[in-house]
Amino acid sequence: MTATSDREQMAYISSQAADARVNVELDTGDMTLNIGPQHPATHGTLRIACQLDGEQVVVAEPIMGYMHRGYEKLCEVRTYPQCTTLINRIDWLGSFANEVPFILAAERLMEVEAPPRAQWIRTILFELSRVANLALFLGDMGVQIGALTPVFFAFRDRERVLNQIEEVTGGRFHPNFDRIGGLKDDIPKGWIEETHSVMVKMRTFCDEMEDLLVGNEIFQARCRGVGVIPPEVALSYGLSGANLRASGVDWDLRRDANPGLAWDQVDWRVWTHPDGDSFARYWVRLQETREATRIVDQLLDGIPSGPIMAKVPRIIKVPAGEAYLSTENPLGEMGYYIVSKGDLGPFRVKIRTPSFNNISIVPWVMKGVYVPDVITILGSLYFILGDIDR
Amino acid sequence: MTDETPPEDNAVVDEKREALLAGLSESLGEDLVESYLRPHEDLWLRVRSESWQDSIRTAKSAGFEYFGFLSAIDWEIAPEGRYEDTEFDGGLEEEDEEPVEIDSSTGYGGGGSRFQLLVQLYSLSQQIGLILKTDVGEDMTIDTIRDIFAGADWHERETHEMFGVFFRGHPTLQPLYLPTEFEGHPLRKDFPLLARQVKPWPGVVDIEEIPEHLEAQLEAEVMAAFEANGGAS
Repeated sequence: MTATSDREQMAYISSQAADARVNVELDTGDMTLNIGPQHPATHGTLRIACQLDGEQVVVAEPIMGYMHRGYEKLCEVRTYPQCTTLINRIDWLGSFANEVPFILAAERLMEVEAPPRAQWIRTILFELSRVANLALFLGDMGVQIGALTPVFFAFRDRERVLNQIEEVTGGRFHPNFDRIGGLKDDIPKGWIEETHSVMVKMRTFCDEMEDLLVGNEIFQARCRGVGVIPPEVALSYGLSGANLRASGVDWDLRRDANPGLAWDQVDWRVWTHPDGDSFARYWVRLQETREATRIVDQLLDGIPSGPIMAKVPRIIKVPAGEAYLSTENPLGEMGYYIVSKGDLGPFRVKIRTPSFNNISIVPWVMKGVYVPDVITILGSLYFILGDIDR
Repeated sequence: MTDETPPEDNAVVDEKREALLAGLSESLGEDLVESYLRPHEDLWLRVRSESWQDSIRTAKSAGFEYFGFLSAIDWEIAPEGRYEDTEFDGGLEEEDEEPVEIDSSTGYGGGGSRFQLLVQLYSLSQQIGLILKTDVGEDMTIDTIRDIFAGADWHERETHEMFGVFFRGHPTLQPLYLPTEFEGHPLRKDFPLLARQVKPWPGVVDIEEIPEHLEAQLEAEVMAAFEANGGAS
């Protein structure tokens, strides 16, 4: 065998190897693969320690705490208005939506109700932050599984929504605009028309995403049937938002437990998908983004006149009591359990975040999946790390 | 306005939750210790801690199959209060502010123990939420409910590391957020918040005063606007 070329030698070796695979049961010891903490699919610093048997995941254990900031403890030593600064930074892609349930819970304990105009503008800003948040997901999901273009579209178009939020609140990411009893300020002149045109652009963006991804054969092959979550499992893990609705559960707090915002004033629908796989989660979020632009359009045309602030004392003391209030945030159910003892600040705040529950299903759903699907599932479950760690 | 008063009175009666309370108190029987209802808002049930698992199971079979969250409350008054009278912050306090009266009673549903556990559940078919509470005794141990609601697994781990509550039957009570060598339970009221002890808190005075160098300028601007509007109002 001295005169054999490299090519022949390679052929010989590979045939031997193939024989070995067929004839001998290979001892494939478990391998530990760390995904993250700095993987782009982790939206922050989540680490998933995967134990692999060959290409398949045996155990996937999320390791968190890299961004634990102790907000529940910090809220206890702040006054109610000061808490919203922290709360803005929980889900940093949809900040305004975070403030609303906290403020509503405090208002419920104080028995204060914001005037209708404030409630409508709250709802508009809430839905705008949903569009901004989900738009990033729609593009980002593409980049997770190898399609680079959608994420650039997403960042480009999300900017328009952020500009609209900034024009009202002064903050692109952390508006800190909601107040107990109403809003800090009214909307500026000409904002309604501008927002209408932005909503048209966002619908075009959704169409683009539909053309680029939903109809794409590779995207479907990577997402269909991957990470299937049956409805009863979703319920017992407390999944919420699009993750729950993609499993066929028709549950949306905006419709089913509206805490007084203007959602019941407009015509819209809740989208569900029966499949429960990664594709369904993407599809539901895509429809929800469209629906949110439609909600905003309708709300913009019907803003009632009147004050934007109810009469509240200058120094806010919340009467003793307990209240749990949650809203359907871009990521799912975000709620605040506030225990008040009549002080300037809350006695205890339990922050129920959607991502915490959504990601707690990871060990269950990742059993037996292949390594590339880990990224697809993580991407489609869609979490924000600040929302897990608080 | 007088015509509107009777319907308002009716609105306070929350038939849906009243019926739910009646139904649940029947199926829970002796396990239910106390209940509290805020009409059109929420319903609190406090159950015996020995039958915590059974009560959750009863609630689940009554249609409450959506797991919201599990957490705990430490009812002790924090020894440091809200850190507003530390040696740094004491001087900043406004003198004319009324002293705040702290309500020392425990919350809805009563209970005398220092730690209380609470679980929030939804019934999707009835579109209603429910909060179940239970006291945690001196031994700080309670049965796990992760076999009933799989989602409770992580919530119990978090409650364990933050409050030091042990869940009987939970196989992996490892810390979720904190490093493994961390000592103490941060959300207990007697766990000191070091950041506040070593540095003054600028938020004690909530409303900022106008800086001196801007005061004259602002006053001039206000006067100019006043004169532009024709002087006297």
